Amino acid sequence: MEGSQREGDADGNIRTSIVVAAAKNLLSKLFRLKHYVMQIVPPRRDRAAARSGDKAGSPREDIMRKRLFATIAFTALTAMTAVSGLLSGAAQAADPIKVGAIVSATGPASFLGDPEKKVLELYADRINKAGGVDGRQVQLTVYDDGGAADKAASFTKRLIESDGVDVIVGGTTTAATMAAVPLVERAGVPFISLAGAVVIVEPVKKWVFKTPHTDRMAAEKVMEDMKKRGLTKLALLSEDSGFGKSGREQTVAVAKERGIELVADETYGAKDTDVTAQLTKIKNNAAAQAVLVFGLGQGPAVVTKNYRQLGISLPIYQSHGVASKEFIRLAGGAAEGVRLPAAGLVVAAQLPDSDPQKKVVTEFTKVYEDSFNTEVSTFAGHAYDGLMIALDAVKRAGGTDKAKLRDAIEQTKGYVGTGGTVTMSAKDHMGLTLDAFHMVEVKQGDWALVK
Amino acid sequence: MFAELLQYMLSGLTIGAIYALAGLGFSIIYNASHVINFAQGEFIMVGGMASATLTASGVPLPLAILIGCGGAMLVGVLVAKFAVERARNASTVTLIIITIGASIFLRGVAELIWGKDFKRLDAFSGETPIQILGASMQPQSLWVVGTAGVLIVAIGLFFNKTLTGKAILATSHNRLAAQLVGIDVKRVVLASFALSAALGAIGGAVVAPITFSYTEMGIMLGLKGFTAAVLGGLGHGPGAVAGGLIVGVAEALGAGYISSAYKDAVAFVIILAVLLFMPNGLFGKRGTERV
Repeated sequence: MEGSQREGDADGNIRTSIVVAAAKNLLSKLFRLKHYVMQIVPPRRDRAAARSGDKAGSPREDIMRKRLFATIAFTALTAMTAVSGLLSGAAQAADPIKVGAIVSATGPASFLGDPEKKVLELYADRINKAGGVDGRQVQLTVYDDGGAADKAASFTKRLIESDGVDVIVGGTTTAATMAAVPLVERAGVPFISLAGAVVIVEPVKKWVFKTPHTDRMAAEKVMEDMKKRGLTKLALLSEDSGFGKSGREQTVAVAKERGIELVADETYGAKDTDVTAQLTKIKNNAAAQAVLVFGLGQGPAVVTKNYRQLGISLPIYQSHGVASKEFIRLAGGAAEGVRLPAAGLVVAAQLPDSDPQKKVVTEFTKVYEDSFNTEVSTFAGHAYDGLMIALDAVKRAGGTDKAKLRDAIEQTKGYVGTGGTVTMSAKDHMGLTLDAFHMVEVKQGDWALVK
Repeated sequence: MFAELLQYMLSGLTIGAIYALAGLGFSIIYNASHVINFAQGEFIMVGGMASATLTASGVPLPLAILIGCGGAMLVGVLVAKFAVERARNASTVTLIIITIGASIFLRGVAELIWGKDFKRLDAFSGETPIQILGASMQPQSLWVVGTAGVLIVAIGLFFNKTLTGKAILATSHNRLAAQLVGIDVKRVVLASFALSAALGAIGGAVVAPITFSYTEMGIMLGLKGFTAAVLGGLGHGPGAVAGGLIVGVAEALGAGYISSAYKDAVAFVIILAVLLFMPNGLFGKRGTERV
């Protein structure tokens, strides 16, 4: 059976190459024709000059020109019909799976969206080279929303209405995702978001799924670790960005559930260069037993440096938002001893061989780093997971019927990705458990799993 | 209690010293050309980015700072030559808009050259905090304050003791008269841009170990520098320095005693208050309307 499928593929390939050759041939003919016309019929300026000398010559020339163009147009038309006929023949053999994506490849969220875009393109390409999914090629359409939610909405519309995609992966930020949600819900297109906030999947929306861990899980993981160490009083320092604010809300909520007392609730600006004022307050707060910092980018590194500068001796936790080597590089020696919840992808090398994720994350890291020559990011992993879950569902649904595809995504069970093991259900459109996070500590400039 | 206050003061003075340098840059250019140069923050960025990336690739720190400084001066001269000078007869508002455009352009170019991620520059003399009466500061803060102090004194001497400095001063007092006594006003404008750029770049390099450098680091620093310059009286050198320190300390105290959420607001409340009640700043001369 496999053999016959491969044969079918080869057949398709030959047909495609015939089409390409025909198109090339046609193009070169057209160019030659154009050249020919230019020779017979001089450009307008020359003709104007000629006309001033010899008026009788011009009408005949015009007729000739018209005829020539008519011929060209006719040839082009017939050829195009022929080519499109051939193409549609080829298309019927392997109707592509249309995957749409909206990512913030530029703009303020580009550090998230850029790796996502690269990964989607890389893997769509790799899958196609390996023969596609069930013999069908993956046709990826990526739009860059530049980090603007309104653009994300209009691109979603375009993906649904004019590109007619079967499934959408993307929405780099929570804002972009939430802008796309009403559109996909109305149109009934499966949508796998790459953004973090809980609101995307809580309450459950029929067509909306997501791959990344939530800030709620990060807060839970941190408090779980605190309990293990016998700490119950937490000082929170959150960034005044979307990520930090949402993280703060979740932390407050989770703390209540888990019996952790919040003794300080400070914020800092995403671009602050000095956070000693806030940290001094926390330092002078006798009740605090641990500090949790919720932020992205350079802010948490500044906080960590200031933390050491002030000589605060409490254990410090960061969120999963800084789970990249960049954080260790920026904070330098100050990062030693910082604990944070991180996805398996970040600690690929340290995972025990028995870990189900080991193989997936090691392989993904290698492919990514070989292709782009930069350190793998968890965001790239989210995009990979999104694409893989979608394509896996296509396989199980036996096609791209949207309703069946949606059901198949919802039935995703035991998919091992870069973010963890995903088992979705009608009530859970993310499908990750707290096990997807590993508590890590920075030791000698690298991550070390906390046992 | 006292230690807490001292901690806020130290933080405020450190960042205030950078605001002072940026403010001084605004004042110098304003004096020479009556342009409020919103690309000042980008000079800081160029200094910070150049020194961070060059040291990372093995260039010794002093040389890296020097190259960054030279690069920023070149950028400053280019901005003056190709953006400001060409629109010499435009209104002040137009010129300001031109400099904002230049700053956006510079950020874009910097992003192309250096990328979007944050760069780290090691502290000049270690990171062991210095303890003072219960407060602590990074050794780099001393570098920042010290460098700012030296530069400010040097600028003062330059304006009062050297011929070029005096020429710039003369131009700021009366452009036409300066031209009449044979001062090449065009070159004075170029020199003032180069000087401001150099100040900014050195500031950027010394502050980079504390703030990290990235292509957008100049936006906030530039705006705060502008606040400092207005607070001290636009075009008044020592005023800009005092303004910078005041803004820095006010911010730190605001974050410490009121709420960290309003930290940036403090600077802008100050500038609003100054514009409403003392339009000439703390030290500025009373403006005269010429008809």
